[in-house]
Formats: sequence, C-alpha cells, structure tokens
Amino acid sequence: MFREDQLRKVEEEKRKWTEDLSKILCETPERLPRFSTVSDMEVKGLYTPEDLKDIDYSRDIGFPGQYPFTRGVHPSMYRGRLWTMRMFSGLGGPEETNKRFHYLLNHGETGLSIAFHYPTLMGYDSDSPMARGEIGKCGVAVDTLKDMEILFEGVPLDKVTTSMTINPPASILLAMYIVVAEKQGISKREIGGTIQNDMLKEFIAQKTFMLPPRPSLRIIVDTIEYCTKEVPRWNTISISGYHIREAGATAVQELAFTLADGMAYVEAAMERGLNVDDFAPRLSFFFDSHIDFFEEIAKFRAARRIWSKIMRERFMAKNPRSWMLRFHTQTAGCSLTAQQPFNNIVRTAYEALAAVLGGTQSLHTNSLDETYAIPTEEAVTIALRTQQILAEETGVANTIDPLAGSYFVEALTSRVEEQAWEYIRKIDEMGGMVAAIERGYPQMEIAESAYRYQRQVDSGERVIVGVNKYVTEHPPITIWRMRPEIEERQLRRLREVKESRNSMKVKECLDRIRKASQGSENLMPHIINAVREYATVQEICDVWREVFGRYTDPGYF
Amino acid sequence: MERKIRILIAKPGLDGHDRGAKVIARGFRDAGFEVIYTGLHQTPEQIVAAAIQEDVDAIGLSILSGAHDYIFPQVIQLLREKGADDIVVFGGGIIPEEDIPALQKAGVKAIFTPGTPIDEAIKWVRENIKHRK
Repeated sequence: MFREDQLRKVEEEKRKWTEDLSKILCETPERLPRFSTVSDMEVKGLYTPEDLKDIDYSRDIGFPGQYPFTRGVHPSMYRGRLWTMRMFSGLGGPEETNKRFHYLLNHGETGLSIAFHYPTLMGYDSDSPMARGEIGKCGVAVDTLKDMEILFEGVPLDKVTTSMTINPPASILLAMYIVVAEKQGISKREIGGTIQNDMLKEFIAQKTFMLPPRPSLRIIVDTIEYCTKEVPRWNTISISGYHIREAGATAVQELAFTLADGMAYVEAAMERGLNVDDFAPRLSFFFDSHIDFFEEIAKFRAARRIWSKIMRERFMAKNPRSWMLRFHTQTAGCSLTAQQPFNNIVRTAYEALAAVLGGTQSLHTNSLDETYAIPTEEAVTIALRTQQILAEETGVANTIDPLAGSYFVEALTSRVEEQAWEYIRKIDEMGGMVAAIERGYPQMEIAESAYRYQRQVDSGERVIVGVNKYVTEHPPITIWRMRPEIEERQLRRLREVKESRNSMKVKECLDRIRKASQGSENLMPHIINAVREYATVQEICDVWREVFGRYTDPGYF
Repeated sequence: MERKIRILIAKPGLDGHDRGAKVIARGFRDAGFEVIYTGLHQTPEQIVAAAIQEDVDAIGLSILSGAHDYIFPQVIQLLREKGADDIVVFGGGIIPEEDIPALQKAGVKAIFTPGTPIDEAIKWVRENIKHRK
C-alpha cells in the first residue's frame, strides 16, 4: 500500500513518537496492563502504515462486488438496496406468531424469520411427552401443515422472503412452506427464503440434534440437490457461526469453524455429483455481531475474503456468485444482561452498526428483554426502529465499506484471517470437520474459551456494565408470558388434524420415506407428499430415528 | 480421607443452551468437587435415576427454555417418590424473579440467575451441601 521511502519515514517518525510516549507513560501509565478484544486478542495502542506493509490493495482489498469481496458482495451495496430487516419471531401458537408477523411487516420489517418452539426444533410433536413444559415458549409450535397454513395467513409468499431457523427437520418445514405456497397459487420456483439446515454447528454449539452426523449430512445434501433443481431462489443452508459464538467461541473460532463447516457441505454435495457452480451461489451464512466493535467488522471482512479463496482455489468454482459469502447477522444475545435491561438497547445498536459496517445482507436486532423471554411488542419495535434509524438517519449506508484503509481495521482483518486459516489447516489435518466433531475438537475449544471468558468477567478483568461494575438495582420489567390456553388449543388442533386426515395415505407416505431413507433416493419429493397429507413433524422424524439411530450428547465440559 | 462432595449437573428438557452448565461444571470441578454432567436433553426420570445411581449429594439443574416451572418440581417429586429427597436440588438459568418463590416452595434450595459469579455458587455449595447419610 505504501512505497519503501514512505514507510522508512513513518518508521523514523514512529520511533520519535514512541520515545515521547514512554516519557509520558512514566508519569501517567496506561489504564490497563493489557488491552484486548472481547475474544482476548491483544491490540496495540496505535496502528500505522507499517502494519499494512504486506497488504496489496488490488489483491487483498479490491472493489465491492469483486474478488476477494473484502469490501462487500454487491458493487453498489446499501446505495442500491438496504439490508433486509428480518426479526426472528415466534411465540405461542401459529395465531400469535401470524399476528406478530403482520405487526412487524406493518412497522417496516422487510423479511420474515421464524423461531420454532423446542419440540418442533427437535422433531417432536406438541403431544409428545418430550414436549411437556415447552409448548410455545421458545418459539412457535408447528406440528403439521395446518399450523403453517395459519402461520402464513395473509402473507403473500411471492412478495416476502422467509428464513426458518430449523435444522434436523429442516426438509420437513421447507416441504410445508412449498405446499403452503402451492395453496396460495404460487409455484415453488417463485418462493424465496432460507432454511438453516446446518447440522454440523448443531453438534458443535446449538445442540438441536437428532441423527448422527453422517446421515444428517445426507439429508442436507438431499435438500441442496432438490432445491438446486426445483426451488432455485431458495437458500438451501445458512452456515452458522452465530450459535458457535454464543456458546462461548472467540471471533476467530466462530469464523474458522463456520467456514470449515461450509467446506464440509461443499465436499458432501460434490461427492453426490453436483456441480459446484450449480449449488454454491445458494449457500448462505449467518454470523454473530458481538460487542467488540472493530473485531466484528474485521471478522465480517475476513470471512468474505477467506471464503472466496476457498471456493475459487480449493473447489475450483468458476462462477463469481459461487465465491461470494452472503450473510445474515444477529446481534449478540450473549452480550445482553438481565441486569439493567434497558442498557441492552445501546449494546444492540452498537452491534448492529458493526454488522452494517461489515456489509451484512440481512439483520436481526435483539430486543432489550430477550434475556428474560420472547420479546414483547413494545421491545421488538424498539429493536426494529434501531435498524431503521441506522439505515435512514445516521448516514452509515451512504458509502461502501467506509472503514477500508483504516490501519487498525485492515491489520485486524488480516490477523483474523491468518488465525482462522490456522484453525482450518488443523481441521484439515484431522480429516475435515465431521471427523473433528466426532473427536470433540471444536466442542472442547469452545468450552475452553467460554470458561476463560467467564473467569475474566468474574475477576473484573472484563467489565460488563451493570453486572460487575456500576451495579445498581433496577425495577423489574414486564415480560411476555405464554398463556396456558395456547397449549390446550395446540393439542386440540393436533388431535383434530390426526382424526380428519386420510390415515391410510399418511401411512403410505411414511412408508415411502422409510424406503427412500434406507436407500439413496432423494427424500424431498416424498416429504412434500407426506406433509401434504398432514403427516406430523414427529411422524417423519420417528421414521428417521428408527432408520438412522439417534445422536446423544457426549457431554464434553 | 473425606469423600468429596458429589454433584450432578443436569440439562433437562429440550433446551440446548449448555454454555452455563458446562462453565459451572468446570468451575465446580476446579473447586474440588466431584462433578458428573448428564449432557443435554434429559428427562426428569433420567436425571433422578442418574442422581441415585451416581450417589450424588446434590443436583444442579440448568434451564434456559422457560420450562423450569414444570421441570424443577417434577424432579423433586420423583426424588421424593424414590426416597431420595435428601439430595439437594438447586438450579440456574433464565428464570424470572417472580417465578423463584414458587420454585423454592416446591423444594428448590437455591436459584442462580444470570450474572452470578462462579465463586458465589461454589461458596453456596460449600456452605449448604453436606454428604448424604
């Protein structure tokens, strides 16, 4: 970035500055013995052109919409189109959640995102003993197509895109979405959205798992293969770092483990015989935006740069769209505090700003009360307004990648990239991510980071306002509560659906899924047929549990 | 030599948020307790069976999904049925303040809410958990 003679001059001037500084520090030392990011990465007091001496603008930074995409995936970024404001929502039953969807869309939200309740996430119906105490609490209860029909009442599926945070039963919920669209008269070729469908990070972090890793991967590749041919606007997977970070990983671990997961999916799809350029443009990513502002921006920029190299150099993708890392961001739930909850509005705003400066394609902002429960309408409105103020008042969306060229941000981007590559190499040596997960490697690395962080918080070395510093009492806030009649209604509806459907047809459909699961035929068409006949989430998942066996938590700590 | 205090750290229900459970398990182990961690997705029946089989002095339940009002009393009820209600039950997670009195009434001895330092939980265990007879 700089000529030799310029660098020599800077070096000389810096020497003088350092001498002056050390005199000052003798009298008034720095506030802390060590300055570090929230991931415990040490940072210097000053960055200069010297830190950028190995960076080549054209090779490493380049232009937006061009390889290696450090500055963003679109040539015009937010000047062309703002990021999608997509609030993760699901509460009680489909009726309550449908109402929330309409509320958010009426308040300027631009995309939908569904939070399912735990039984659905884990492949159980509301009437299962496993669902006791959990119905409608952490998201919306969906047992059958009937629930999905209610969920999307009045929502035109050709106009709005929907993201679904769903993993072991991802193919089932996608199938239901396809059939709901069909009933609205919309072809599956026109619908757009995302299923999370990323099982590897479930074993590592989010822990909604059901089947062992290898059969899980097979079902994922079935969905990729099917959507590539039949649902061309669908993002077949959202390769997620969010949960890895929330489980306690550092920024570098989040990035490296996510990209290594992504590599495992690409390999699995290529082994199936798919052409990389046919499916890679529909892979999408999902990251956390944590509280350490510059570290996060560096992480997002490094993510794009690494992925483009992986896709072009390792997997020989030819289509530039295959090289692009497009991502959704959620502000960090784990950075929020139950203490003095109104402070969470401020944390979320900074995190959202980092996501936007990092070039995110869509964003969820957490609500102030999410350390307690699903957000109230009032809380979620503030969170949505936070994005709208950012987009339309602050001016940060006027210029593309405004922090490029910052000595600190560029140096940090390169450092995050280098450290992520080290992890990726280590995982390669273990035989890839599936093998690494089977030996518990990423799980143990994250547990270690989480414990170190907690110790730093407990000792006061890392400050959390309202928790270990500036502690004051705060009055309790009003939180959302699940009403017991919602549970009764959900159970009643499930019973009615089971009584009124054609049970012979359901059985036939389930038998076909069993047969396809035992063989190698793509499961998707069979799943779509089954949900159309109102087969339940659990009925399909039970077939898989029977055919493939269950995965149980090894409980590393 | 006196036997160490044995604690079962358990993750009941479908909740997958195990960061806190694992940090506390590690903290207790480093503090010199014997720790058994159940892993995720345990039913109350499985937790009580593990507690009895492992002959623990206490069970620490971690739950962040909102199912605490069902699961905590259920575990205590099952312990009582098995004649093992001298095993102390405590817990932590996302538990609203106003739910705590009902849980204590059901027999939960302590609830540690978000922001509790590890050492505070360790101190409580030292002062409140005795070996079972």
